Amino acid sequence: MSEIEAIWRAESGRVLATLIRLLRDFDRAEEALHDAFLAAHEQWPKTGVPANPRAWLVSAGRFKAIDRIRRRVKFGEIAKEIAATEEEAWIPQDVDPIADDALRLIFTCCHPEIPADARIALTLREVAGLTTEEIAAAFLSRTPAIAQRIVRAKNRIKELALPYEVPEPDQLAVRLDAVLHVIYLIFNEGYSASHGAAAIRTELCAEAIRLCRQLVELKPEPDAMGLLALLLLQDARRGARVGPEGDIVLLADQDRSRWDRAQIAEGAGLVQRAFAVQPVAAYTIEAAIAAVHCDAATAADTDWVEIAALYDLLLRADASPVVELNRAVAIAMRDGPEAGLRLIEALLARGELSRFRYAHSAKADLLRRLGRSAEARAAYELALQFTEQEAERRFIEGRIRGLAN
Amino acid sequence: MRYLCLVHTGPDPFSGLSETEKRELDRDSLNYDKELEASGHYIAAEALQGPENAVMVKVRNGDVSTTDGPFSETKEHLGGFILIEARDMNEAIRLAAGIPMARLGRIEVRPVFSIPDSNRP
Repeated sequence: MSEIEAIWRAESGRVLATLIRLLRDFDRAEEALHDAFLAAHEQWPKTGVPANPRAWLVSAGRFKAIDRIRRRVKFGEIAKEIAATEEEAWIPQDVDPIADDALRLIFTCCHPEIPADARIALTLREVAGLTTEEIAAAFLSRTPAIAQRIVRAKNRIKELALPYEVPEPDQLAVRLDAVLHVIYLIFNEGYSASHGAAAIRTELCAEAIRLCRQLVELKPEPDAMGLLALLLLQDARRGARVGPEGDIVLLADQDRSRWDRAQIAEGAGLVQRAFAVQPVAAYTIEAAIAAVHCDAATAADTDWVEIAALYDLLLRADASPVVELNRAVAIAMRDGPEAGLRLIEALLARGELSRFRYAHSAKADLLRRLGRSAEARAAYELALQFTEQEAERRFIEGRIRGLAN
Repeated sequence: MRYLCLVHTGPDPFSGLSETEKRELDRDSLNYDKELEASGHYIAAEALQGPENAVMVKVRNGDVSTTDGPFSETKEHLGGFILIEARDMNEAIRLAAGIPMARLGRIEVRPVFSIPDSNRP
């Protein structure tokens, strides 16, 4: 990657963020961003990369935009207006307003008024700088579908005249939740797809971490820190989750020497900081659970008492059948398979998880451990019925074969 | 990536326009080509004469045959094209939206297919 490309990767989102504020229009700002990098390609090889490339690019982009608008004579009035307001507002050496712009962009792309699937595409393109084609490949979707989603999202921003701003304190919690959810979904898409799928999909994990890190830098809210911790801790184990044939390796069987220790340390540090603030966010509790797993030298050393207690806490912060299922598994590890099985059976009887493959496979696993093979087989077969992913099917089929012996 | 912007128009897209408006449209179109050139997006662009001046050519079993055409039933035909270089599909869409003829017709944005290196001579 050339130096200018590296700068594009690192800075385009932030430069765009400021240009949108200055030019008050996504498309105009993207045009200006392109012009700015074109100018950089021409000038930097001769003059060297400026000390503050971001400020240089913003300034070049703004100048080019005004120039371009002036050439389109009928818009002369707009150009004057932009030029006049921005002479006052734009101070190249002052970094703070630029940092705020990056936040404005994230909050705008994740605005609750934009349809949920469009928020993800818009954030990946505008904030993370991915191309439409890359986003489509990552989500196993068609480029025209993603492209139109992005166009519609931008139209919606225009139609509703969504303010380009960091939400006021009374709105911040709700809006931050929406942003964190988008980042979480981006990560999950990459994480759950990481077995044997195209490399671009695991790229999503890196993008989600990069976005979340940027968010924490700009706005060190405990919820955001908790999510960053969770992503770092999950991602630290990514390499060990997949066998050489692309098969799933369960947490208990993973080669723990392949876990990324530096990343685990960073995640664990963030958990501690985020845990200090009450009420503790659900992401932080999930991260704490991941941290306990990462802390165990071997699977047998796992502190299930601590994990079960954290699931109790999580259930209070963010109750859901899936959390209950995970808690049941933790309790099975703490008190034995009987105790966990009772909880899972009660949970399945309620019906919400009857089509959820992990509920059936967790039940099957406990039955297997209790030596109740026939029932275990039936449960594994139910799990198989709700599993489409190839690697997961192979895993369950392997378990069923294991029962026969 | 390269994208071909195909300008589809009705049979007589300029019928509703005055002479001045037609001149303006031509000037805007040429200016837009220049703008694309200045921003590094431009590769090639042409307006096309109508399908009544076109000939269809095909070769079957080594024989060349020709017909008039394309005499399609459709109300739209290809009025011109602009081949552009863009970062991605959404940039291509933004550039296509700036084509002055987009106000009269419709622009089809088609990504260029890169023939794999293994299939090249």
